[in-house]
Amino acid sequence: MDLELAPRYVEFREECRSWLDANNPGAIASMDTAAGFEEHRRWERVLFDGGWSVPGWPAAYGGRDCDLIEWLIYEEEYWLSGVPGRVSANGVSLLAPTIFNFGTPEQQDFFLPRMASGEHIWAQGWSEPEAGSDLAGIKTKAIRDGDHYVLNGQKTWCSRGAFADWIFCLVRTDPDAERHAGLTYLLVPADAPGMERRPIGRLDGEPGFAEIFFDDCRVSTDHVLGEEGQGWAVAMAAAGSERGLNLRSPGRFMAAAERLTDLVRDLQAQGRAVDVRLRDEVTDAWIRAQAYRWQTYMIAAKLMDGAEIGSEASLMKVFWSEMDLELHATALRLLGEHGEITDGNDWLDGYVFALSGPIYAGTNEIQRNIIAERVLGLPRR
Amino acid sequence: MQFTFTDEQDMFRDTVRELFADLCPPEAVRASWDNDDGRVPGLWSALGDMGVLSVLAPESAGGLGMDEVDLVRILEEAGYAGVPDPLMEHAAIAVPALAEAGSPHLAAALTGETTCTVALRGGAAVGAAGADLVLVEQGDALLAATAWRMTPRTSIDQSRRLATILELDEREELVGADAALAFDRAALGTAAQCVGVARRLLDATVEYVGERHQFGKPVGSYQAVKHHLANVRLAVEFAAPLVYRAAWSVAHPESHDAVTRGRDVSMAKAMAADAVDLACRQALQCHGAIGYTFEYDLQLWLKRGWALAAAHGDSRSHRDRVADALGI
Repeated sequence: MDLELAPRYVEFREECRSWLDANNPGAIASMDTAAGFEEHRRWERVLFDGGWSVPGWPAAYGGRDCDLIEWLIYEEEYWLSGVPGRVSANGVSLLAPTIFNFGTPEQQDFFLPRMASGEHIWAQGWSEPEAGSDLAGIKTKAIRDGDHYVLNGQKTWCSRGAFADWIFCLVRTDPDAERHAGLTYLLVPADAPGMERRPIGRLDGEPGFAEIFFDDCRVSTDHVLGEEGQGWAVAMAAAGSERGLNLRSPGRFMAAAERLTDLVRDLQAQGRAVDVRLRDEVTDAWIRAQAYRWQTYMIAAKLMDGAEIGSEASLMKVFWSEMDLELHATALRLLGEHGEITDGNDWLDGYVFALSGPIYAGTNEIQRNIIAERVLGLPRR
Repeated sequence: MQFTFTDEQDMFRDTVRELFADLCPPEAVRASWDNDDGRVPGLWSALGDMGVLSVLAPESAGGLGMDEVDLVRILEEAGYAGVPDPLMEHAAIAVPALAEAGSPHLAAALTGETTCTVALRGGAAVGAAGADLVLVEQGDALLAATAWRMTPRTSIDQSRRLATILELDEREELVGADAALAFDRAALGTAAQCVGVARRLLDATVEYVGERHQFGKPVGSYQAVKHHLANVRLAVEFAAPLVYRAAWSVAHPESHDAVTRGRDVSMAKAMAADAVDLACRQALQCHGAIGYTFEYDLQLWLKRGWALAAAHGDSRSHRDRVADALGI
């Protein structure tokens, strides 16, 4: 065990911090508005030009070959610096690991650099009206016709789906197969003929996600990721990323916990009393962010040692999503009756976003079933 | 940055785990309740022979010269086995304090010839009736006494032979030892035991609900039970890294001042105490009536969990200390 940062990591942290400080564009519009989406795309380009959009990727695809520790440091600095969030997260965090694992060289050369630069912003097209937590219930059909598939069906709850350039989908290429069989992982351009999308207003009214309709939509067979019929296995590789390390690094929550303690100090400076229970809740949130951080460093050490994380990712997903929600709920309790006022209230935005955490990427009820059955070994039935 | 244990650390932990499994099964814990000294016969000398008692003493003083990172995993195993002997008090608090003070009492403590316990912040001492030396906090100083008067106190956990120390008859100040550090070591060691107790409760309950059938299927197949136990696993999973992280802070004073060390220890104790509290609740609930009986062994860890969650500061008092360190 060695919990000190080697000098090269300390230098790396300094490098991250000074670049982010020098290039921070300040507050920009929500990524879930048409204008804000493009502003966020421009920020992706700034990151890319500085070499900081995908630091963990190989240099050949726009990254800087960071190891996991460097990536975690980068994430800590990223969120502490207060720069805008990542409109590219679906692609960079969820799809990219799958392209690295399963993509052909042609797919990797085409998609990865465009994802890194923000030219392609991705949305996820997995859920359907009848297939949410029960993802294997997917019905959208993709029937082969020469060198194309013909898609018919509907996807929903596609985060960033209203404005994204590409959508990574799970579709049923074998209509006679059931459940996990006969599914294929397909990359669909948002301008494909026969595709229509309708934004869905989330709780705060912004088009945070979309539903997508396929009506004889034609997509090239070149855009299959992995093999036809192997979509479930290919998709689950990304599900591990989503629930585990990639989507929610500790830096995000550590920064939020720091801001929460700042909020307490601000209120105290204004002469507002913070009662002992709220102080206790704030401290608990700060401790949990640290627990998530050190658990992540333990997992990083295992990954760097060649191990893989499997069902343990469900532990991470439940923990961060509930920690994030509690943290933001605590902030609103601190604000009291001012909490409902939307003007400049980042905590309210954060709360609305955090409310979705226990639902997306597999509800926490499903995650707890996975923990019980696959981590603890309790009987399925 | 490498947050992992070495193969040697794993092997040491595994060896001690096997020793506890051999010498300290539940029957031995129960038998200790009726012993004069409340101890498991043969365990202390075996721990001395293996070097477990001397982990925190430097090699120059006859110890193993290891640190808290090594010791917390041993204490986790002591919690898992339900060891009644005052191992944490002796090995995690007294031995390093005696070593730091250059005390002549150190040598006999390392081999297990003697047993030490502690009374910190006015709390009761564990195993004082069978101890040869008791360390008592007085202001910033630590006193070591070889003769004292005390009032026995009965714990709900019969393995914890408590006593309130009244007066020290034969005593000396441990010059060079630090009472604040002793408290942090106590809180850290207790946190490690809490994690071990919680793991034992979880393992025992997973086993039980896998076997117990109602309505024609294992009760562990019901989602309500699954979610209770998933929550326990979550609590333990995220408490343990904070315990190891705090052990690192205590072991590295050159890079961790007293405030940082105290903050890290308090984070660990707060999360570990809450984890074992939850483990106790859910273990009992998922066992049902059988878990509520004196005969069934679950009570060994339930009562240890209740005691250790509050020992050397409960979760709220430790969060309070973290809040102070954060300046809120």
